[in-house]
Amino acid sequence: MRRHMRTSAAASVFAAAVLASMGGVAPMSAQTAGGAAGIHTLHVQGNVYMMVGAGGNITLQIGDDGVLLVDTGNGQSASDVVKAVRALTDKPIRYIINTSADPDHVGGNDAIGKLGSTIAGGNVGAGAGVGAGIIAHENVLNRMSAPTGKSAPYPTTAWPTDTFVSKQKELYFNGESIQTIYKPGHTDGDSIVYFRKSDVISAGELFNTLTFPVIDLSRGGSIKGVLAGLNDMLDIAIPKAMQEGGTYIIPGRGRLTDEADLLEYRDMVTIVRDRVQDAIKRGQTLDQVKAAKFTLDYDARWGATSGAWTTDMFLEAVYKDLSKANEPAKPAAVKKK
Amino acid sequence: MKTLTKNLIAFVIAIALAGVPPLFAQGGARGPIDLSGEWAPLFHEDQPERIPGPDIGDYLGLPINDAARLHGDAWDASILTLPEHQCKPHPADYSPRGPANLRIWRDIDHDTQSLLAIHTHISWQQPERTIWMDGRPHPPEYAAHTWQGFSTGKFDGDMLTVTTTHLKMGWIRRNGIPRSDKATLTEHFVRHGDYLTLISVVSDPVYLTEPFVRTTNWVNDPHQLIAPYPCQAVVEIERPQGIVPNHLPGANTFLREFASKFNLPFEPTRGGAETMYPEYMLKMQTMTPVTKAGK
Repeated sequence: MRRHMRTSAAASVFAAAVLASMGGVAPMSAQTAGGAAGIHTLHVQGNVYMMVGAGGNITLQIGDDGVLLVDTGNGQSASDVVKAVRALTDKPIRYIINTSADPDHVGGNDAIGKLGSTIAGGNVGAGAGVGAGIIAHENVLNRMSAPTGKSAPYPTTAWPTDTFVSKQKELYFNGESIQTIYKPGHTDGDSIVYFRKSDVISAGELFNTLTFPVIDLSRGGSIKGVLAGLNDMLDIAIPKAMQEGGTYIIPGRGRLTDEADLLEYRDMVTIVRDRVQDAIKRGQTLDQVKAAKFTLDYDARWGATSGAWTTDMFLEAVYKDLSKANEPAKPAAVKKK
Repeated sequence: MKTLTKNLIAFVIAIALAGVPPLFAQGGARGPIDLSGEWAPLFHEDQPERIPGPDIGDYLGLPINDAARLHGDAWDASILTLPEHQCKPHPADYSPRGPANLRIWRDIDHDTQSLLAIHTHISWQQPERTIWMDGRPHPPEYAAHTWQGFSTGKFDGDMLTVTTTHLKMGWIRRNGIPRSDKATLTEHFVRHGDYLTLISVVSDPVYLTEPFVRTTNWVNDPHQLIAPYPCQAVVEIERPQGIVPNHLPGANTFLREFASKFNLPFEPTRGGAETMYPEYMLKMQTMTPVTKAGK
């Protein structure tokens, strides 16, 4: 079933590219657009908008071919998200790209996805036009589904229909190249999405402006992966004059940013990593690391003592991950004769 | 005729004293003072910090908390060799402190002759600001922050008061003492003939325990020419991806140099609100200066 869904949705990408050459659409001129209650939409640049208020941030790309969403929020506000999209365009929702399997990023897949339609026909198959195509790394599908006979955390209609296992998935939609680039770090399923013509990166949970990075070790996250993702995004981002604007970055949560904001975040995460790494080398325990207040200079900005992701949880994840990396390799098992 | 003149003078004085903005702009009525022009910076205040630059570990007179102190202690000047750091302009609250040849000009609506905005341009890295005077609201929190922030202004008599939000994370001293992107900047511009004074007040819930107040001055210089200031980042030191120069906690060996150089006790160099006030001089007299050997 998975294979079928992947194959058919992959083919729909080609169909979309064909459709891209068809027909004009009303120009998108709004700089900002209000949405439904609690949902706010901000024009970033080019074809890309940022939508806040539905859980994780949602990125919209809108044009002649239709609507592409990066993530769908927590699902509780799905109808308001759709209203906000409709305030901008009446074009069909063609694609959803998930940056991770987090509930506040895939929660609206089902409700929003089934209102959309991919472009069916040809080797895609006539039935593939039902619902928007949902693109994500294979590990996102693994997290959202379950083996036969087990209960999946999400209905099949919310699952990615087009997964990839390579370093990136390419798509040409609404007149621009879109790279969905695999960057595990927060979990083992993260991707960033780069809109090359609009020059906007949708960063998913690798970067947010509210908390220390959420490193979910139980789902394959790592501090090394988070830093690699942040550094790679810095390599992509090019500011305009005076280190301002240029490439914009939509974080997984929080406000709109550019390279300079991402740089401060990368510096902060690196410096904390360096301190914890040094403490581990000196044989300090996790409790000693927490007591040392290695995040003191950033706590009032990024830290929390309560809620879903506290400073202690962040330090513990960094400590455990780095300790794991420092463990001596286990000797290979000796084969019995 | 004499009675009319007296009445007119009394009317004008009354308006000036009350700080009432003009109701009309036909000859006779007066608007708020025009700050436009070319302004050359004066460095009689804080020159050592502003031009050669602050010493490492000099946090004197800053109302900082422990978080800011640790940030400063960890700061390694080599971070400025990273290409991404090289072309950062000074943020709105710091740019007047540097090489700050200043230009001010106004946007006046053609039809209504009302003041829409005041703009500033400063020489080092060419930061430009727009101070909106048309009463527009500040953007929502989810909007991007910029180096110069989003500024709105209003005249209180002849004093222009500017409120700035949406600043990027910046610095209040160029030795690693930070100012967060949660800070608010309040400024008062006052012109006295050929002199311009800026009183700036930084409030930062992340790194400051009290508002930080500074004054900066310029003199009118109608012949001033501000040169371009292009910036191009280059690789100054080849490093692997992701290296961020910093001092580990307790490992910065340069922190006592400032105290040693100026024969000061170490404690005041650590800053804090107390060190802003004159009474602190008395307390300093009870402390032991750091020796030349840094002890």
